[in-house]
Parts: sequence; structure tokens; C-alpha cells
Amino acid sequence: MKRRQIMTGAATALALVLSGGAWAESHSDKTKVGFVYVGPVGDGGWTYEHNQGRLAVEKEFGDAVETVFVENVPEGADAERVMTQMALEGADLIFTTSFGYMDPTINVAKKFPKVKFEHATGYKTAPNVSTYSARFYEGRAVQGTIAGHMTESNVVGYIGSFPIPEVIRGINAAYIHAKKVNPDVTFKIVWAYTWFDPAKEADAAKVLIEQGADVILQHTDSTAPLAAAAAAGNVIGFGQASDMAEFADGPRVSSIIDNWAPYYIQRTKAVIDGTWESAMTWDGIGPGMVGIGEITDKVPAEVKAEALALKDSIASGDYHPFTGPLKKQDGSDWLAEGETADDGTLAGMNFYVEGIEGDIPQ
Amino acid sequence: MDLSAINPALLLASLMVAATPILLAAIGELVTEKSGVLNLGVEGMMITGAICGFAATIETGSPAIGFVAAAVGGALLSLLFAFLTQFALANQVASGLALTLFGLGLSSLLGQDYVGLKPPSTPQLDIPILSDLPVLGQILFRHDMMVYFALALVAAVWAALKFTRVGLILRAVGESHDAAHALGYKVVRIRVLAIMFGGACAGLGGAYISLIRVPQWTEGMTAGAGWIALALVVFASWKPWRVLLGAYLFGGVTVLQLNLQAAGLAIPVEYLSMSPYLITILVLVIMSSDRSKAPASLGRIFHASQ
Repeated sequence: MKRRQIMTGAATALALVLSGGAWAESHSDKTKVGFVYVGPVGDGGWTYEHNQGRLAVEKEFGDAVETVFVENVPEGADAERVMTQMALEGADLIFTTSFGYMDPTINVAKKFPKVKFEHATGYKTAPNVSTYSARFYEGRAVQGTIAGHMTESNVVGYIGSFPIPEVIRGINAAYIHAKKVNPDVTFKIVWAYTWFDPAKEADAAKVLIEQGADVILQHTDSTAPLAAAAAAGNVIGFGQASDMAEFADGPRVSSIIDNWAPYYIQRTKAVIDGTWESAMTWDGIGPGMVGIGEITDKVPAEVKAEALALKDSIASGDYHPFTGPLKKQDGSDWLAEGETADDGTLAGMNFYVEGIEGDIPQ
Repeated sequence: MDLSAINPALLLASLMVAATPILLAAIGELVTEKSGVLNLGVEGMMITGAICGFAATIETGSPAIGFVAAAVGGALLSLLFAFLTQFALANQVASGLALTLFGLGLSSLLGQDYVGLKPPSTPQLDIPILSDLPVLGQILFRHDMMVYFALALVAAVWAALKFTRVGLILRAVGESHDAAHALGYKVVRIRVLAIMFGGACAGLGGAYISLIRVPQWTEGMTAGAGWIALALVVFASWKPWRVLLGAYLFGGVTVLQLNLQAAGLAIPVEYLSMSPYLITILVLVIMSSDRSKAPASLGRIFHASQ
């Protein structure tokens, strides 16, 4: 009996170690920065880039800063638990890096007024909650231009994650610019209802390819759609969130790269200096928060030049990807000739532009 | 809406591919549960199998060796569970959950060097006459070996459980370990073997995702397939053919709903998204109204002294 009790105790201890091992000890003299990730740091996309930002913070401040992170945190009640735990363990600044963490972040921030929170891609702030996001749609405009030129079947497949403004903006921006260079182009959109599920993303890509798409755009986090495009042959795709350069000799012709490191360093510095204030940051290609990965030789030189010219004009502020005349899907007027979309409309975008088929899930 | 864009033959063919990982994992878990052990670590064993198979394939260039390595990897991990539950007599639910957490962590550690690599493609079976049949050939006879292996495994498990002495002993252990013990059967040994079989099958299922369905290695890439497999066993009332039906139904509706979305069907996407779960549960629950029961000793701890 005794031996068994010891063994059971050992098993329980093992289980505890396994679930609790991710928590490092806290040191009160250091500034502690926490990161909550929606996927694994090795996803090769979204979470990978946030983690690169975390590593940049560590490198920049050395011993003055301690970082902790928890990966694979589901959006919802679990996220609230993880953030609370981080705050209790003495984090001074917590980055919550997915749209679905918005309400949990606000809830936890209320309970810990001294802890600073930074929520990515959301729109709710509080005295101790900032939001930050990148203008991915600027990159989407460049992608759309390339996609419109490159498609031969005139069918572009688009894998959406969730029908939220960020994703819808991307679809609209890509469509507007694909249509501009190729009036015959159509978009087939599939909603995966996940940020990260390689098998499902691969299935979605395969389905789109089977239905005639020869360009795949994705707004999900893994490299699986590119792998599916590689397997199909004659299909091109783009790196999402990260460069995904490992597919450069295959289907990947360019990419949108999220560069969070400068922002993370700046905000951590603000906390150390005591100058942190709640803000809403929304930066694009110009300030360098959105990067365009190298355009490969698969893309003809003139298309590449056109895409790069578009990128430069967006970066310099000469051109806005949402410039009128533009109509909404139902045919009603949205932007008059030369008018550009304001940030408020963009932040809450819940409609397709004219020409896109299908409905946005409500 | 343009339903003509959907090619039924391609749809049926991709259905079989989509269903194979959960089918493999579920049939393994069925055997484990038939022996009276509830192993909730399927997800952990799958992801471990996925990286073991992937790594072995990259290193040797042979997908066949990869699948063997995946089975061995899954079985080895399940030995940890077997040790905890059969010798240390730990709680099976807690140990199974711990196994999943452990497997996810272990796989990302093992997979550090394999992110972004491309595995050699697994050859598709090419049967001279059958593969060239107009429609049937495309649906049934142009898959990789594992699709057929999974089908054969279901048949073998069904036959073994129903007709053989081994199956009878396994079921006896699962129904009443005390009676089986009194008859002189080695309850613990049989259960350890059943757990290892479950681990090997889960490993194969995981490797199918990383080597064929996706194919690449990404952390956490099974993304819950193990839990689907677990649920499938219960809803299939521990019957092999119903597991097959459930897996194909789930895989089929998953692929179909994506196809319908791409074709622009006017059904709200939310309903399409939940349809695989809903339809699979509904069909299997209706079928299980014949009061089939779980193995009576499922999840109970056995020790010869008690």
C-alpha cells in the first residue's frame, strides 16, 4: 500500500510539474513583461513573429527585463485565467496578441489597475489598456496586385479565419487591387473559423484549388496552405504574418511580414521610464510595422516593379489603399472619387466592396 | 452559387484523406478502451507520432520508415501512461491529460530542427487497371497505402474482437478485470499491450497529418484531432464499423462544408462550420440507441490484491 501511495504521489507531482512548469520565478526588481499567444511559437507565422518581438525586447534590455509567455491560449475564459495568473506573478506589462483576447484583457485590466496591458488588433481601451495593430491591408493591396496579374484561371482563393473587421479589410484591399489590374478576377472565400489548424487550413486550400483557384491568399497563421499549394503545383501563395521564406523556391511569391519588435521595445521602455500612457497605435508599411517579403522571380519583372511602386506610394502616404470611387457590395456608394476611408470605418469594417460574391457571416 | 464547381469524385477522394488520421487514432483508442483503460492522451500521442514520423522521414527519405517510427514513438509515449496507470495505479483521467500536455511539449522540443522542411512525398498506390477506372478509380484506387491500411485495420480489429480468442480475452479484461484475473489472465500485461496498440495507432494517425495531409511539421499541428477521435469512440459505442462510419462522416462533412463555402452556398457559414460535429454526433447517437454499453471496467483501477 505504501509503495502505491508514493507512486501515486509521484504521478500527481509529475502532472503538476508538467502543467505548471511554464511559470518562471518572479523577480521584483526587474520589469516583467508577459506575452499571451494564441498559437505555438513555432507556427512559422503570427505567433512566431510576436515571439521574435519578445526576444528583441530581451536582447534590447538584457537583465533589466524579464519576459514570460504562455502559448496556445484559447480565446475566452482560459485567456482571462492566464492573464490573471501573469498579473498575480508580478508582470508589469502584458501583451495579449489575438483579437479574441479583447474582452478578457479589459476584464483583467480592471482587476489590476497598476499593470499595463497592450491588446493587439482590438478596439477597446482603458486607462491601463492600449491597443496596437498593423495596417495589414496595405500589404494586402500589394498582394492583390500581384495576385490579379498572376492568376490565369482568374479565380483567387482566400482562406479567412474569423469574419472580423481586420480580416474583411484584408479581403477588400486585396480584391480592389486585384480587380484594378485584372477586371475578370473573382474571389472564392472560405472561412476556416480558426487562427491555427494546419490540417483544416490545408483542406481549405485544397478545396479552393480543386475549385479552380490558382492563387491562394490566407489569413490564418500556419504554413499549411503553402504546403498544399506546393503539393498541387502551378499554384502560388503568400507568406502570412511571417516571411515563410522556406517556401520561396516553391509557391511563395511574396509575403506580409509583421514586425512587432520596435513597438514592443518602445512600450517596454515607456513602462521602465514610467511614461507609459494608454494609446491606440495603428502603423503600416511607412513606419515599418508591416513589411513586404522579397518578391521572387516567379513574378514577371514588370509586375514586381508595379507592386513595389504601389508599396512605396503607400509607405510615403501618397496613396491610400481605400481610395474612391468605391461602392459597397450592395451597390450603395461608399467613397466618392478621390476620397479615402477614415480609420473609424476601417476599424469597424463589416461589409464587402462591390464585386465580391457571397455574404459575410454575421 | 455554383455547385457545378464541386467535383464529386474529388470530394469523395479527399473525404477519405481527411478521415484517415482520426480513424487511425480512434480505432487504437477503441482497443485500449475495450481492455478497460481510458487513455485521454490520444492528442499527445498523435502529435508525438507526427513529429517522430516526420523526423524519421526527413532523415531516411523513406515515408515507410517514417510511419514505423511514428508507431514506435506513439507506443513508447503510451508506455509512460501504462506505467503511471497500471503500475503506479494513478488516476487514468489525470494521467491521460498529463500525457497530452507532455506530448505537446515533447513534440515541439523534438521538432525544433524540422520546422519548414518538406518531406518526400508518399507514393500513391497505382493499381494498373483499377486506378484507371473512370470515376471509381479516382475515388477509391488512387490513394496512399495508409488509407487502405486504416480500412484494413478496422476490419482486423473487428474480426479480432468478434471471432478470436485474443479478442475474447481483451473484452473479458475490459468487462470485469477481477473475473479475468481469477481465471488466470494477466490483466496488467494485457492492458499494457492494449495501451501500446492505442499509442501506435495514434502515432500513425499523427504521422498521416504531418506526412500526407498537410504535409509539413508545425507545432501543435494535430489541433484537437485526438479529442475528436476520443469522442468518436464513445459515440460509436465501442464498435469498429461505427468508428469507421463516424470518421468518414466527420471527414466527409468537413470537406463538404468547405466545398459548399467555396461554391458560395447560401447557408450561413456558422452552420456549415458546426455541421461536421453536429451530423456525426446525431447519426451515431441515433445508432447507439440500441443500448450498447461501455466496457464495464472502463477507467477502473485494477490491482491483484483488491
